[in-house]
Amino acid sequence: MSFIPGQPVTAVVQRIEIHKLRDGDNLILGFSIGGGIDQDSSQNPFSEDKTDKGIYVTRISKGGPAEVAGLKMGDKIMQVNGWDMTMVTHDQARKKLTRKNEDVVRLLVTRKSLENVVRQSMMQH
Amino acid sequence: MDTESTYSGYSYYSGRSRGSHRHGERSRDRHKSRSKESSRSEKSVTINAPPAEPLLGDQSVREEEVQDDNWGETTTAVTGTSEHSLSQEDIVRISKDLDDSVGLDCKRYLNVALSVILALVVFLTPLAFLILPHLLWPDRLRACGTACEGLFISVAFKLLILLLAVWALFFRPPRAGLPRIFVFRALLATLVLLFVLSYWLFYGVRILDPQDEDYQGIVQYAVSLVDALLFIHYLAIVLLELRQLQPFFSLCVTRSTDGATQHYNLGQLSIQRAAVVILENYYKDFPVHNPAMLTASKSRAAKHLAGLKVYNVDGPGGNNAAAGIAQSQSRAMIAAAARRRDSSHNELYYEEAEHERRVRKRRARLVVAVEEAFTHIRRMQEEEQKKAPSDVMDPREAAQAIFPSMARALQKYLRTTRQQHLHSMESIQQHLAFCVTNNMTPKAFLESYLTTGPTLQYGKDRWLARQWTLISEASVTSGLKDGAVFLLKCIDFSLVVTTKKIPYIQLAEEFIDPKSHKFVLRLQSETSV
Repeated sequence: MSFIPGQPVTAVVQRIEIHKLRDGDNLILGFSIGGGIDQDSSQNPFSEDKTDKGIYVTRISKGGPAEVAGLKMGDKIMQVNGWDMTMVTHDQARKKLTRKNEDVVRLLVTRKSLENVVRQSMMQH
Repeated sequence: MDTESTYSGYSYYSGRSRGSHRHGERSRDRHKSRSKESSRSEKSVTINAPPAEPLLGDQSVREEEVQDDNWGETTTAVTGTSEHSLSQEDIVRISKDLDDSVGLDCKRYLNVALSVILALVVFLTPLAFLILPHLLWPDRLRACGTACEGLFISVAFKLLILLLAVWALFFRPPRAGLPRIFVFRALLATLVLLFVLSYWLFYGVRILDPQDEDYQGIVQYAVSLVDALLFIHYLAIVLLELRQLQPFFSLCVTRSTDGATQHYNLGQLSIQRAAVVILENYYKDFPVHNPAMLTASKSRAAKHLAGLKVYNVDGPGGNNAAAGIAQSQSRAMIAAAARRRDSSHNELYYEEAEHERRVRKRRARLVVAVEEAFTHIRRMQEEEQKKAPSDVMDPREAAQAIFPSMARALQKYLRTTRQQHLHSMESIQQHLAFCVTNNMTPKAFLESYLTTGPTLQYGKDRWLARQWTLISEASVTSGLKDGAVFLLKCIDFSLVVTTKKIPYIQLAEEFIDPKSHKFVLRLQSETSV
């Protein structure tokens, strides 16, 4: 999850598909996001690199669609339904996640543990 | 002596004006039409001494008249033409002015005479109170002690102060002639008169009759009269000057011809006094009334109505039916006008765009011409004045020297903006001499021609706003009220005045502790989705 300026960002990602839950008039996903290029990234407790202005999952509500789909707290969201989430403002990220005409959001998320797993599996070979 | 035989004058001058044919023809036209004075209706009197340039003065405001103001083309050939001409309208106007001035003076003199008499009575009363005992029973009078003589000084000085104060407040040149009496002044005059009369009554009954010997008491009585008069003067100041200073009403003044609007804040005044204040401000705030600007909308309105004609097919009915027919005719016209596809808005748009372009082009040419003209002269320094006495001009000659190079551009610009009747050549040259004397730049010189200034900026004969009539439903001596409407009518236009009360302002206070201004950085905001 390190960012080298000028180089494309490479990360090991996991694909997560969340089905939105209908609650009255709203479609909820069951998690909270933090971060964005307009936010103060030094306050982010989940990022390794404190200059990382990406979108992070800060809270998962118990039993919600996100938990069911396998989203974990501290995940960094890289893509939502094909839209990039690494260089967006907080509000743009929220908008991409809460589109009213989409019932399913397909996220690409990355976390530290994924890298470790991949490295371990590579070392084993 | 030039008016005796216009034809002889014409033959002499036409010989001199061999240089420009057009000018000769025009002067011929002028002289011919002058012989029948009443047929042409010029709005200004042109009277000038023989060696003078042809004036711009015979401008007429109406479009259908031939514009003979081509001084722009003719200033290079200066020929002396003298014209003494009066048209019928001018005679009527002058006689009307005379009548009005006589009427006004009569009223004014009456007012002044009455107030002078009242003032004399008031001033002489304390002196009379003091002197009469000495004249009538000098032997029986007790001698005046020190305290009494001290009171003499006080009477003298208080009378002096009263004299100055009354002169300052009441004997100023009047600003305006009001239609009805000035209520407060009349009330005060009555009060003063009653007051003085009651003092005289008391004096006559209690002092003159029994021939009182106590002179000190009499002097104190006179002092009390002067004190009371000073207090009445204080009352006069408060009623006449101070009461209307606090703004209470906001008056919205709109001119009926072109909608120019201004707002004024006034205190509690009577309608006629408010009208005077508004008119005083009219001359400095409103742009001068220009009838030439209104003809375009009138011609458009005429075109709307001229396009439709209504024919009565059923034949004329009885008397009762006539009104019904007229009504139905007008309704039919309105309906037809609404249905017809009118392209006059298109014309207006393109006309206005074209006019705008033309004005801007002329303005650019004018600015360049004036700037160039100003570079031709330069102020002579002190040392040079002693060295080179030849070829030196005073401001007026300098203005006349550089005027021809900009005259044509200026005249064209004034014609395009329809201001040409507001400026005569004389006035332009005077203004130019004034600017040159005061070291003004070309831009400063042009400012009075590029923008329409307030009415006061132009000469009195261009104002078209001299006689005013106040039209009001409420009595003109009653005070202003919220929602009052009155009209100030002039011959050509009227000012519509509406009154609104200034709202009562309730101010509340909020205290903010200076130490309470604290800031934090915005932390990561968390949004739940």
